Amino acid sequence: MQARSLPYLLLAPASVFLVVFFLYPAIDVAIQAFTVEGEWTWANFGDMVDHWKFESALWNTLLLAAIVVPLQIALSLFMATMVTKMKRGRDLILYIWTIPLGISDLAAGIIWLAILEQNGFLNSALFGLGIIDSPTTILSYQNPWVLLIAVAIAEIWRSTAIVLVILVAGMGLIPKEYYEAAEVFGAGPWKRFVRITLPMMRPSLQTALILRTILAFEVFAVVIALAGTNMPILMGEVYEWEFRLRDSGVASAYALVVLGISIAFTIFFLWALRVPKGARV
Amino acid sequence: MTRLTKTLLLASGAALLTTGFATAPVMAQEILFWSTQARPVEEAQAMRDDVLAGFDGPGEVDYSPQDGGPFITRLEAEFTTGEGTIGLIGALHGDFSALGNDNLMDLSGIDVSSLGISPALLELGQLGSGEQLYMPWMQATYIMAANREALPYLPDGADINALTYDQLIQWATNMAEETGSPKFGIPAGPSGLKHRFFQGYLYPSFTDSMVTEFRSDAAEDMWETFMELWAVTSPASPSYNFMQEPLLTGEVWVAFDHTARLAEAFNQRPEDFVAFPAPAGPTGRGFMPVLAGVGVPVTAPDQDVSMDLTSYLMEPDTQIATLRATNFFPVVDVELPAEMPASVRASSAAVAAQSASADANPGLLPVGLGDLGGQFNAVYVDTFERIALAGQDIRTVLDDQAETLREIMEEAGAPCWAPDPASDGPCPVN
Repeated sequence: MQARSLPYLLLAPASVFLVVFFLYPAIDVAIQAFTVEGEWTWANFGDMVDHWKFESALWNTLLLAAIVVPLQIALSLFMATMVTKMKRGRDLILYIWTIPLGISDLAAGIIWLAILEQNGFLNSALFGLGIIDSPTTILSYQNPWVLLIAVAIAEIWRSTAIVLVILVAGMGLIPKEYYEAAEVFGAGPWKRFVRITLPMMRPSLQTALILRTILAFEVFAVVIALAGTNMPILMGEVYEWEFRLRDSGVASAYALVVLGISIAFTIFFLWALRVPKGARV
Repeated sequence: MTRLTKTLLLASGAALLTTGFATAPVMAQEILFWSTQARPVEEAQAMRDDVLAGFDGPGEVDYSPQDGGPFITRLEAEFTTGEGTIGLIGALHGDFSALGNDNLMDLSGIDVSSLGISPALLELGQLGSGEQLYMPWMQATYIMAANREALPYLPDGADINALTYDQLIQWATNMAEETGSPKFGIPAGPSGLKHRFFQGYLYPSFTDSMVTEFRSDAAEDMWETFMELWAVTSPASPSYNFMQEPLLTGEVWVAFDHTARLAEAFNQRPEDFVAFPAPAGPTGRGFMPVLAGVGVPVTAPDQDVSMDLTSYLMEPDTQIATLRATNFFPVVDVELPAEMPASVRASSAAVAAQSASADANPGLLPVGLGDLGGQFNAVYVDTFERIALAGQDIRTVLDDQAETLREIMEEAGAPCWAPDPASDGPCPVN
């Protein structure tokens, strides 16, 4: 009996924690989104869609994810390939590359703000080199594309490491024999990458994509730091409605939209990158 | 059960218990002062060391400044359970009106008659209930500040202490054209107080109203005038939260903001900055007084100590210490000592000139909106963002936002406040 119950006992604290602090609030949020003063209604969603910022918040969030996630995957694949090829100093490089993982997203936003603001490092450097006559406002509501790019750069800088860690682990699991066989048949490096590495990495790519996409839809602090209210995003609107406008119903509706998109993408990646049963290692 | 299991269970149980206690109530004799004011680290520390250390109570005062979200969340949790650890609430008038009158104790028992608190302020503290639900604690307002370098660009014949909005636009235009970049700024960032600029300054100055004439022709003219000013306003304004920062870096030379949010500029470089009243428009010099108060929640653990602390905060000496700590002015009648911080000297003159000017037209803080206060502010912020940032048509935006404003006023059932004439029912939006 003891041996059989032990795993459950060990899992219990974590499970209780998750139920109390995640599952229960999540259900509560879902109920709040569909009720106004105790009555079931779609009104919160109506208010959300009618608000003039909804469309741009949704669009900005999707656009940001569409820019950031593929770039991070490509970049991480490239970095992971380089790291696995290294003979010495591999750990050191990995540690350095994963430093941004240890930085909170707000801190990352503030670091990039310090670079890009009017009195920031970039302006000072350009001014010092005589390239510009006076410091200019880079992060301005007048250049929404610049804001988007600045946020994308900060996000890529901050969170590529998490993808990298997953991909490096996945790459290490690919048996050497496949590459050796391919080489015997004369496959070049690109062909080996496309025909062996990528297909064999499906499971880790899937994990990395799901994790990063969900995080991309939750982007908040970096945008707040760099773009303020000039670039509405879904999580920013959740905060806005909950704490500034004091309307938990609409805030919950926004949160459910984020949840819905995240679930949709998770299902998509689970399906698109599934490994056929017979092909599992 | 094996010995290992037992040990693990005990350990996890103990861990849960300790985390439970870490957030649990402080020791009984301490009094928790839960506040939305004096949030910057230096101000909070000054509150503890210079203001609250002198309180002769049964225990220390634990001063805990909070952001709006956590502030309200914990109070609501305590009100819901009917059991609390917060002994005293320090907040703005608008925060109190969102708490619910039933949750605040009547402080009429505290004798403040000899302190010379303005009856208008005491009445605001009643929140329309007839009971003293919060005690006026400290006050401030919004003024203008300028770098001395900006003064040569003032238009001819303009008196900095009696500017008009047209002169301000001309001044900002001169600076933008002659220095190469706009030098006027407003705090339009995420936590900037830009809505007060529209509610308490532009609207009263151009429409003699804050709510009723929201979408009038005068309001349309007002937004057109604002857009002239906006064209020569620093495009980084939507990222400014406290104007003292761009003033100190020199990004901005002339700025509008809350006195407490300009203070550092005067304190760090008193010789470089001047404070002056807000400009006047066709219907007077609109300005908005700000009031913070202290209140005792019905769930306070020891209400007598909370009341004692409230009276302590009203004492003239405490009020002066509070002024030094927070840059908020006393609400009681008190003579300011000569050696006050530079920000106090600079802004007190401008505040006095502003409220005493012949064409002064005060726009009071919203009253009776309850927890719709945030949405009320959002109407003005959205109007600004749609017109100035998104470039939408002024008339369309005003008509659209006026509907939202009307719904809010009707839902809250709030009658008009100055400068709008008193109304019987909810304040109408024409």
